[in-house]
Amino acid sequence: MLFSRRQRYSRPWTWHWLIAAACCLGAPLCRGADAVPAAAPDTATVDARARARLAEAIVADELDLQLQVLRELGGSGADPLIGQTLTAWRGGAVYLFETNGTRTPVLLDTQTDSEGRARAIRVADGALLAGGDGQGLLFTANDLTSADASSKLRRAIKTALDLFGVANPNPKMRRDAVVKLGQEQNADYLPHLEARLKIETEAEVHRALQEAIAVTRLLSDDAATREAAIVELGALRSITSLVFLKQLLTQAEGDAAKYGPATIKALRRSVWEIENYLWWGNLFGTAFRGLSLSAVLLVAAIGLAITFGLMGVINMAHGEIIMVGAYTAYVTQNLFASWFGKGGLGIELYFLAALAVSFVVAGAVGLVLERGVIRFLYRRPLESLLATWGVSLVLQQLFRHIFGAANVQVTSPSWLSGSLVIHDVLLAYNRIFVIAFAFAIVAGTYLLLTRTSLGLQIRAVMQNRAMASALGVRTDRVNMLTFALGSGLAGMAGACLSQIGNVGPSLGQNYIVDCFMVVVLGGVGNLVGTVSAALGVGVTDQILQPWLGAVLGKIVVLGAIILFLQWRPAGLFATRSRNLEG
Amino acid sequence: MTEMISSPAISRREALVIALLALIGLVVLPCLNAFVPSTSPLHVSNFAITVYGKYLCYAVLAIGVNLLWGYTGLLSLGQALFFSLGGYALGMHLMLKIGKLGQYQSDLPDFMVFLEFPKRFPETGGLPPHWIPFHSFWFSAAAVIWVPALLALVFGWLAFRSRIKGVYFSILSQALTYAATLLFFRNDFTFGGNNGLTDFKFILGADINAPSTKRWLYIASGVLLLAVYLGCRWLTSTKFGLIQRAIRDSENRVLFSGYATGRFKLFVFVVSAVICGLGGALYVPQVGIINPSEMAPDKSLEAVVWCAVGGRGSMLGPVVGAIAVNAMKSYATHAFPEQWLYLLGGMFILVTLFMPGGIVGVPAQWRAARARWTRKGEAAGDKGTAPAVLESATKEP
Repeated sequence: MLFSRRQRYSRPWTWHWLIAAACCLGAPLCRGADAVPAAAPDTATVDARARARLAEAIVADELDLQLQVLRELGGSGADPLIGQTLTAWRGGAVYLFETNGTRTPVLLDTQTDSEGRARAIRVADGALLAGGDGQGLLFTANDLTSADASSKLRRAIKTALDLFGVANPNPKMRRDAVVKLGQEQNADYLPHLEARLKIETEAEVHRALQEAIAVTRLLSDDAATREAAIVELGALRSITSLVFLKQLLTQAEGDAAKYGPATIKALRRSVWEIENYLWWGNLFGTAFRGLSLSAVLLVAAIGLAITFGLMGVINMAHGEIIMVGAYTAYVTQNLFASWFGKGGLGIELYFLAALAVSFVVAGAVGLVLERGVIRFLYRRPLESLLATWGVSLVLQQLFRHIFGAANVQVTSPSWLSGSLVIHDVLLAYNRIFVIAFAFAIVAGTYLLLTRTSLGLQIRAVMQNRAMASALGVRTDRVNMLTFALGSGLAGMAGACLSQIGNVGPSLGQNYIVDCFMVVVLGGVGNLVGTVSAALGVGVTDQILQPWLGAVLGKIVVLGAIILFLQWRPAGLFATRSRNLEG
Repeated sequence: MTEMISSPAISRREALVIALLALIGLVVLPCLNAFVPSTSPLHVSNFAITVYGKYLCYAVLAIGVNLLWGYTGLLSLGQALFFSLGGYALGMHLMLKIGKLGQYQSDLPDFMVFLEFPKRFPETGGLPPHWIPFHSFWFSAAAVIWVPALLALVFGWLAFRSRIKGVYFSILSQALTYAATLLFFRNDFTFGGNNGLTDFKFILGADINAPSTKRWLYIASGVLLLAVYLGCRWLTSTKFGLIQRAIRDSENRVLFSGYATGRFKLFVFVVSAVICGLGGALYVPQVGIINPSEMAPDKSLEAVVWCAVGGRGSMLGPVVGAIAVNAMKSYATHAFPEQWLYLLGGMFILVTLFMPGGIVGVPAQWRAARARWTRKGEAAGDKGTAPAVLESATKEP
């Protein structure tokens, strides 16, 4: 489903552009009628007629006729030649070619030969001007007289050009053009905008048109129109018009006699409505960003919650295992690209494979680490901290050696790029994915620990190693598997984080302090604690960020955690134990 | 048991070794630098003197780490922060002594001109108010001591009051360091942002780059190291030192015997912070720069490595470790820069796994291994006596 949405959005887009590009390239270079694209004959005839009218108007010396034609053109066609001609006309670069008493308006090609001469293009049909021998005629600008444009005419041309954007086939550019026109608050545009509003089908552009019309009407002298516009803007929750409304409000408050109390009241109400809307939007946005940061922290810390929380191993190489996962995603992406080609399904699906592969690879690294180093240090936690820091240095240097010190490029599949817009709040798809992934990974870990025999053994060994061993649990093997599991989760986290951040040799360093903070704050040996700590830290950080900036916010959060641990030294959810040393 | 626990006073042999080392370090090397012509093979270059001075400051830092970790069982990952704070305190004074010789020929330090401080602090002409007292050398020298001490006091009080111990203490101290690093990286924190403080010209009126100044700074570092060594030696041999080690080995037992372990730990933490700060203060004029990357968490971890490699829980170990590892680093980062981190990391893993007593523990370890081997030959299946430090260190919660 996600996939089809993408296609629907992208297809017409490119298609229109191809036609537009064909017109641009084709019109000046091809000869005769074949310059007009064969597709869409009805627009072609409309355009041809519009061009003919324009040519007529340029030749005619009557200002009224010219203005009339320009008004007709406004918002009509999508023919690039008309746009070119208008721009040229305004700049005095439309020339009149006289033969036998008839005058033909032409444009000069931008390409010139060695003597500075260029071919002339007829405005009426886009064809090249040919001499008697069929060869293209060449001119310099001085050979021809340019068509005059008075200042009034030039203004009208500018209006027509601006209105041209309103008819742009690309909805995004159309919208931008409409917004720009609205901000000028020029009443001349109103009829064109209204005409467009009637036929506009894109919801976004439709809304932009409504806003533009209402913003323009704010300056209307008719009190009823003005008030209606104010009310409409409020109802539309138009963020872009807030500044205009506020401006008008200060004016109205300064000159209450002219505007009247009803206008002021409506203005206040609309401003309040929009600000209220903005406030909620900000709140929603902050909540989403907080949630997504929490999810990132949670995803990064869940592996540590197992290795440190359950096993009590201080794994300073945790960050580097995350990095292993991220680089595995990078390698998987490259492999998929070489197997299935750079575009298409390979890239769309590599990420799913990368998640699985990085779990396996990081799990294997964890297994080796446990067998090689950590198992000798279970009774010496401080020393496991030091040894794993040594491991982290070696791993960092190893990856710097293999992949270089610079960040590597991990491309997101198309279904993870872009964002969903709900009420002016941007929700990036990769962030949404991380949130969903965090849910999945926590649920999976929880089920594994509570519903499987491995989970039972893990919990038994963690609670009382000697007793578990006496009852026949192979504690050594359980340790090994637990550590591999924790590392595997960290690896998956790495693959997931490769979609939202940089992948480089120092990736792990960026997460390690946060991970430890989350696990310690949550209370060691407790998944619920880890989840709530991640939520708390993430949301607090995002709430503080707008006031304090990213770095200071982080410092405050770290300070707050240190102070919080004064109050609850064992974290949010302490595991109760009668063991004095525990 | 071994000499580390049972010998309270300095033995004759140890005194002899220290006197010899002090003589070489404090008299012979400076003399070789000052009076032997540079063509002679015995000449010690100015560059070498600065490098040795740097090592001595690192050794002071390592002693600070060891006092906490080796003797009290507190692994702090924030000692480089105290080291840098000491360095910053003196660096601020040196910064103000540059005068108009900076790039901008202003009374203000360069970075303040560059960051437009005169606009931020118009009433003092651009100098942030808390910088003003640092015009005085003695105030700065006092700040070298009280700034790290105050931070250690506050952080330690909070941590030990709520009985945060073991790895939690390590992680929290790392978080503190991390937060401080982030803070010092900010330009508006008024300590020069990521460029830090640099380009010093004078110390106590002397040209800071003159060979004689460098030599005196080196001698001062040596004297500081000797004083810190003897001070810690004395402290650990008193009853206080005994309790300190008892806390390391079993805190709860000490607690139940009626000692307020938190206060002991707080005192040691503050003393250690002051030692580190002093080391940092002498480090900065010798290397000529201090910036926030000096206090980053991995610098603290590096100091812990020196300690572990040399041998924690012994007095001489950290000094040996700091000098040996840094000498190796100086050599390796020139000879094979790519492999240096492998070497450091690998060394760390190997030392933790196979040499818990570090370099100075090797003889004892070897003796124990030999004893075990011979006893096995005699057929008794008794357990070997590993060095006491190692045994006790394994009992940490």
